[in-house]
Amino acid sequence: MKTPIFTTPFDRRTVIKTGAALGASTLFSPPILTYAQGETPIKIGMHDPLTGTYAAEGDSEARGAKMALAEVNAKGGILGRKVELLIEDEGANAGIAAQKAHKLIEQDKVNFLMGSVSSATSLSVTQVAHEKGVVYMVTGGHTDPVTGSQCHWTTFRICTTTYMLAAGLAGTLHKKFGGKWYFITPDYAFGHTLQESYAKLLKEMGGTVLGNSLSPLGTTDFSSYLIKAQQSKPDVLILLVDGQDLVNCMKQAAQFGLMKKFPIGGGLSELEVLRALPKEAKQGWWTLEWYWDQPNTPHVKEWVAAYQKAHNDGTYPSARTWFGYAGLHALAMGANTAKSIEAVKVAKALEGLELPPEVKLQPNKVYFRASDHQLMSSEFPGEIIQDGVYPRLFKVADIVAGDKIALKDTGCKLDYPA
Amino acid sequence: MELLLFNVFNGLIQGVFYALMALGLALILSLNSVINMAHGGFLVIGAYLAYTLQPYLGFWGALVAGPVLAGGIGLIVERVLIRPIYSRADPLYSLLLTFGLALIIEDMTRTIWGPQGLPLEIPDIINSPVSTEYFFITGYRLFVVGITAAAAIGLYLLMRYTLLGIRIRAGTRDLETTSALGVNIYKLRALNFGFGCMFAGLSGVLAAGILGLTPPMGNSLLMPSFVAIIIGGVGSLFGAVLGGLIIGVAAGITTTYYPAASEAVIYLMMLIVLVVRPRGLFGEEGLFE
Amino acid sequence: MTRVLSIGAIWLALVGLPWWLPLIGGYTALGSKILIYAIATMGLNIVLGFTGGLSFGQAAYFGLGAYGAGMTLKYLAPSTPLAILIGTLVGGIAATLLGPLVMRRRGIYFAMITIAIGQLFYFVMVRWNEVTGGEDGLAGFSRQDIHLGSLVIPLTATNYYYLVLICFTAAVAVMWALLQSPLGHTWVAIRENRRRMEFLGIRVERYVWAAFAVAGFITALAGTLNAMLFNFASPQDLHWILSGNFVIMIVLGGMRSFFGPLLGVIIFVVAQDYLSSVTGNWMTFIGIIFVLIVLLCPKGVLGLFARRTEAA
Repeated sequence: MKTPIFTTPFDRRTVIKTGAALGASTLFSPPILTYAQGETPIKIGMHDPLTGTYAAEGDSEARGAKMALAEVNAKGGILGRKVELLIEDEGANAGIAAQKAHKLIEQDKVNFLMGSVSSATSLSVTQVAHEKGVVYMVTGGHTDPVTGSQCHWTTFRICTTTYMLAAGLAGTLHKKFGGKWYFITPDYAFGHTLQESYAKLLKEMGGTVLGNSLSPLGTTDFSSYLIKAQQSKPDVLILLVDGQDLVNCMKQAAQFGLMKKFPIGGGLSELEVLRALPKEAKQGWWTLEWYWDQPNTPHVKEWVAAYQKAHNDGTYPSARTWFGYAGLHALAMGANTAKSIEAVKVAKALEGLELPPEVKLQPNKVYFRASDHQLMSSEFPGEIIQDGVYPRLFKVADIVAGDKIALKDTGCKLDYPA
Repeated sequence: MELLLFNVFNGLIQGVFYALMALGLALILSLNSVINMAHGGFLVIGAYLAYTLQPYLGFWGALVAGPVLAGGIGLIVERVLIRPIYSRADPLYSLLLTFGLALIIEDMTRTIWGPQGLPLEIPDIINSPVSTEYFFITGYRLFVVGITAAAAIGLYLLMRYTLLGIRIRAGTRDLETTSALGVNIYKLRALNFGFGCMFAGLSGVLAAGILGLTPPMGNSLLMPSFVAIIIGGVGSLFGAVLGGLIIGVAAGITTTYYPAASEAVIYLMMLIVLVVRPRGLFGEEGLFE
Repeated sequence: MTRVLSIGAIWLALVGLPWWLPLIGGYTALGSKILIYAIATMGLNIVLGFTGGLSFGQAAYFGLGAYGAGMTLKYLAPSTPLAILIGTLVGGIAATLLGPLVMRRRGIYFAMITIAIGQLFYFVMVRWNEVTGGEDGLAGFSRQDIHLGSLVIPLTATNYYYLVLICFTAAVAVMWALLQSPLGHTWVAIRENRRRMEFLGIRVERYVWAAFAVAGFITALAGTLNAMLFNFASPQDLHWILSGNFVIMIVLGGMRSFFGPLLGVIIFVVAQDYLSSVTGNWMTFIGIIFVLIVLLCPKGVLGLFARRTEAA
């Protein structure tokens, strides 16, 4: 094993291309960025799962970030310096995410951190970022404590909280179908808080929770929970599971004929999930955090076209893609507004920062709330199109502004250094 | 009470998957003496190849082609990777080698087909509920039970009545003598490994109809299959099938009362079996110790 | 003499690590992780390489140590030494109590029973949301500065590395002493020919139990240090895949030698760290490494050298 293990930092690391196209994955990518004369680049470190169960979501986020990178650099970078993006795969493993965060900060000397799909990784990295005093833009880790009980001055978040997810859709479901709901909830923090948010909203509207089945993460067989749900005869069956769990749950619900028996609703869904559903399972009301088909919103069509030009594999951008895109742009804007890359100044500049139309790609005012660093991004509740063919899988019912539905007090106490 | 019965029934159907995986695993463990951690990988290969061939061969063609191709790849793997390590006494090596192979298979699958989950379309005739009362017995699940039963019976007939089967059973008892009696044990072991992988591939195609296709899809079925073999008894094919059904039912019963423990209960059962009666229900004394 | 010199050289290299590692593109936390995994695997090797038991559930004790330390810091008292102590005790005592279940089995049964125990602990940690944080892991604690009388030592990355190094040295010393003692020789004898030892009247099972217990304590110590390295404990620290990785690192370096695991850890951790930054297909490369090691040098890297120095 006499291979040279490390080479100098300049040419060792490159932007990773993850192969998602059929048979066209490169194993080694050449460095694609060159440096301006004499100026050291600004480095942003991104961590995401590129292998494992969440690889599809992580890959989408990385694609979005890369698109933003190209745009930022085309406009002169950050403070006139070129920006470099370093992407690390953590496979949704919290320990490895923390290790990679250390690596990005100590070894690669990144100026900013961003990323995450798994809630656990966002929690472990937020600690590292805080320890090291590096601004961290959480793109896709939904667990509430990130901008709640475990918030830090260094951490900002793009994706919405569980309360916002519930609040975006609860009213519609209640009005359309009634107030007796049965829940199937994934048994971990994200699921619990999402269910509690829904339950609270339901009670306020006068409805009742008929029951709540907790399914372990990674459950493949939802039969027993669906059986219990069916026995309770709900007005709506609420499926709060996400990712592959949601795909399996919906398929089984469809196979059992439950989708014909009562309406299905839920919490978070994503384009990646909808795409994996067979036709008989394409039903129900869900919330997306961003959708590509917004005919009335400026800039969206151009962005989708730019995405397709960059990737050319027939895919459409998803909410995850937008998280990565908005996340990197936000960091660049924060630094440019602060006219500095010092963490405290950038953090202060990000508070209240509003995303311009070509970045937010949605109606409504989208800005970082100063009290908890949470982006007030909109929710896109809507209905799955039954005979939909990718990418036309979802019909958005409404685009609800984030600051109208977010919890006023998330329990966050920002801990700026004295 | 009704809920419990439903869950037992449902657990049996779930257990059929474990049984099919365990069967292939047991075949490989008995004759090849290999702890095949890549079994989940062959499941994935079978599923993805079926998915790719489905537009050309239709569902039924893919149902046959996927497992057969997985078995074929198993033959190649056996020749190139497994054969050199038969002489090693320690089962640790086969375990580590197949562990590495599993990583390669998962990664290559993701590279070729992408990380995105893919659906396998099932023909409508088998895809509807059979009754409204017992709605969870869908046509497809009955189909899975039927195919698995056919495969298991086929294997039994092979083992009992064909020359190949007799040779495999003889080889499991005493490989040296079997070889001394003129049987080509190289071919025998290769075929056996291929069969085992074919069963894994079949599990993959059947699983894809319920779970869809993702590169890590084999991982959650791998450990329970080992548990099934231990409970049923190492060295017994019938034990492997029974073990699979038992853990399916156990998981189903646990889900009724305490869902959080539904995965843990099978390990608890394995622990109890290993402490009290390590050879399991139908295993032989002293095997693999 | 050469042995003492080489050990001395290794030790000097480890002491100077925070200086030379960043020069070749490493970072101090990586060095700490290497030492932590080395402690864990050398402990495991007492069972695997020296006693001949195929233990595939060692990560359970690693994780118990991690959660023990984390929960101590979070709920009990902000004291690093206490966290280390409690974490080590939790993991070690668990191994000691479970030893009787494990000690009677051999071969694949031994492996499966260790896996079963490991997975049961994993599920407890993953489902007990209120206490352990469940899937999200245990956060909200951090290693505290050490107070020695009036001297306060802040545990920065570099200082923490030295703390880990001190623990590593202590653990190595203990293991070395044990393996040189009659106990250690008995272990090796059991590995070589269990039946003969039984005939000689040795209570083989008791010795396996002892090995298992010692390994549990040492791996748990590694777990406590790991939790405080990233100020995070996660259920994946208990999963059988981590156990499998430990075994691979030992085989990679050489099962039969004392420092084999250390070498294996260095190669594996560094390769994984480097490869996963450079290519999206790092899993394939790691898998190929496993396959090649098993096929070409099953005695591990140190085994390649040992053959030349050992007498026939």
